[in-house]
Amino acid sequence: MNKLNLNFNKINGCRSQADAIALDVQRFIDQNSTVSVERTVLRLLGVDGIDEFGVPIPNIIVKNVAEKGDLTLGISLYIANALQETGLNLENFIDKYLAEDIDICKYSNVSTSEVDKILKPYYEKYLNSIQSNKLMRQEYLTKFPRKCNTDLYVIVATGNIDEDVTQAVAASKAGADIIAVIRSTGQSLLDYVPYGKTTEGFGGTYATQENFKIMRAALDKVSEEEKRYIKLVNYASGLCMPEIAAMGALERLDVLLNDSMYGIIFRDINMQRTFVDQYFSRLINAYSGIIINTGEDNYLTTSDAVTEAHTVLASQFINEAFAKKAHLPENLMGLGHAFEINPDIEDSFLLELAQAEMAREIFPNAPLKYMPPTKHINGNIFRAYQQNVMFNIITTTTNQSIHLLGMMTEAIHTPFMSDRYLAISNAKMIRKSMKSFGNEIEFKKDGIIQKRAQCVLDEALELLKQISKDGMFNSLAKGVFADTKRPIEGGKGLDGVFRKNKSYINVIAKRMEESFDEN
Amino acid sequence: MKIKPYGDTLNDGKVQLSFTLPVERSQKGIAAAKEIAKSMGLIDPAVVHAESIENGFSLYVVYGSIIHSIDYDKIHVEEITQKALSRKQIEKLIAEEFDREIVFVGASTGTDAHTVGIDAIMNMKGFAGHYGLERYSGIMAHNLGSQVLNEEFVKEAVEKKADVLLVSQTVTQKDVHLKNLVELVELLEAEGLRDKIILIVGGARISHELAKELGYDAGFGPGSFAEDVATFAVNELIKRK
Repeated sequence: MNKLNLNFNKINGCRSQADAIALDVQRFIDQNSTVSVERTVLRLLGVDGIDEFGVPIPNIIVKNVAEKGDLTLGISLYIANALQETGLNLENFIDKYLAEDIDICKYSNVSTSEVDKILKPYYEKYLNSIQSNKLMRQEYLTKFPRKCNTDLYVIVATGNIDEDVTQAVAASKAGADIIAVIRSTGQSLLDYVPYGKTTEGFGGTYATQENFKIMRAALDKVSEEEKRYIKLVNYASGLCMPEIAAMGALERLDVLLNDSMYGIIFRDINMQRTFVDQYFSRLINAYSGIIINTGEDNYLTTSDAVTEAHTVLASQFINEAFAKKAHLPENLMGLGHAFEINPDIEDSFLLELAQAEMAREIFPNAPLKYMPPTKHINGNIFRAYQQNVMFNIITTTTNQSIHLLGMMTEAIHTPFMSDRYLAISNAKMIRKSMKSFGNEIEFKKDGIIQKRAQCVLDEALELLKQISKDGMFNSLAKGVFADTKRPIEGGKGLDGVFRKNKSYINVIAKRMEESFDEN
Repeated sequence: MKIKPYGDTLNDGKVQLSFTLPVERSQKGIAAAKEIAKSMGLIDPAVVHAESIENGFSLYVVYGSIIHSIDYDKIHVEEITQKALSRKQIEKLIAEEFDREIVFVGASTGTDAHTVGIDAIMNMKGFAGHYGLERYSGIMAHNLGSQVLNEEFVKEAVEKKADVLLVSQTVTQKDVHLKNLVELVELLEAEGLRDKIILIVGGARISHELAKELGYDAGFGPGSFAEDVATFAVNELIKRK
């Protein structure tokens, strides 16, 4: 497909620049680990729960080692030591550890080769459970084949998981294919994952493993009733990316917002922390068959959607390159983009069409995530509904994969049930009435649309060359994306990053990486 | 002067509304929608559309004539009456009145992750052709971004010697934004800073009146630009000199 007459050499040029950029960062990633990576290892060995003060056990153990031992050796070693020396199984050891306030660092070192042997029975149980989740998803998708390549995606955000379930079920029955449970605002800045079922949150509901489980069960039920597999989404970005990926894998999330740079740019999380965390997080996603969604759409809520369109494309190439490093196949790379051009601009629809078609042509196998207008929505709900019609037309015409539905009450309140229903109806009408439109049309050679796409590609290539030259870290410090500058040593979470000892072990990452090498 | 909503004839009182009821779409549901409209003060409400939204909920579109009227002459609102100056005029005013830069510190505070509002006012590019405060000569603008806790915000304000604090609140659910806004005022008062700075809030659901009620100097709702905010702040600073 080449309706836009794009120059393939330039596309390849972008890819090779992005690969070089990612490779450079990957060297750093491979040499480092973080507290959240280590906590994830604990979770996938079976460590869960909280103490009497509500502190998650994985946090307690990692903190214990960070303070009194040598975390650069990896948490795997300490658990293996403890199990070997006490002769207890993990569950019993954790009980004893908590009851007797033991220092986990007091046990002597087993040899590196023994660590994996000791821990294997524990992690195999969890990895097998992830594999059966993956299988179950495939079975669902075989049993209920998708009738359309575009999934309708809506959010629920009540703060209360029970209320979320009510709204999610209603939305699914109205036609939504994907339900995202928005997190409580501020969760991304917590350096732990809250525990258990929650019914109070602001602007959303806490991402906890129990909440994942509750929503998954409700969506499975509605999937059976509707004979459509309803996908579940949550958000990884923040200080706990790999932990949320692990919990999502265990509870069969289908999509996870997992951008390699979002936390850095929009949450002021330290870049070293985020790059290391995103790798392990995405490795887990790849292992569990979970689609990642990237957050380029956010650039355009901060920057101008016309002049900065190329930053979205450049970032998509970079996210793609990082995803490849984490073994994600193209069909799990839900690269993001958005309809955010000011509708008062003449021919803005054509520019949007060009950019959406361009993303489709450049990433033909990616389940692209297309975001609705938000920035230029002003409280006039009638105008917003009209803007969403234009957005829906482009979504259908350019065959986007994950169709976030625009709400006419954007920026007024978190959606009412009727807002969501009307949004679904809007999308469905366009989808039906314009089903084959995209296949019927061609774009005028060297017309506005072709030229726009070519221009954005040219600018993206230039930007990628510059980033490649400056390096990713320096480029983010310079404010290359979303006009936001982030210092290399700045932001939250840097104190949780450490350089791995040469005998560092992460039994989970090792097993997952091996599984990809085997295939 | 008594007025009512206008449909196509003066004081016909015509209004449109839509709402969801937690019952199936049925004749009974339609009758219930009509009752609700009547209890809101609508004469002869017409349920022009009723639709099932699945799972025991239904959506209604209703028209009717409202019985109430209000006396327009008795309405009083707190308004920022001064007309916004242009960027050039503001820059000139600052140059004439001050021998230093005016420091604005802004953030989307509390748990609010939305920066659209604060970016529109502060960032270089601004919004819809209106440049942001960063572009103004005579103004030093610090945009701290989103999810800045009130304590952190106050700390930054002190460090940066802020003349003006801009708080943005976009996301709201069960009025969490109000609590957060009040907390900031309390914090500033506790630190003895409240009178030393000009405190402004902006956001989709903010009005000047609400802002005054909460203890702010001004509030800016949708459709406000950098020059509106800067005009108010600079004039206020001059007034307080």
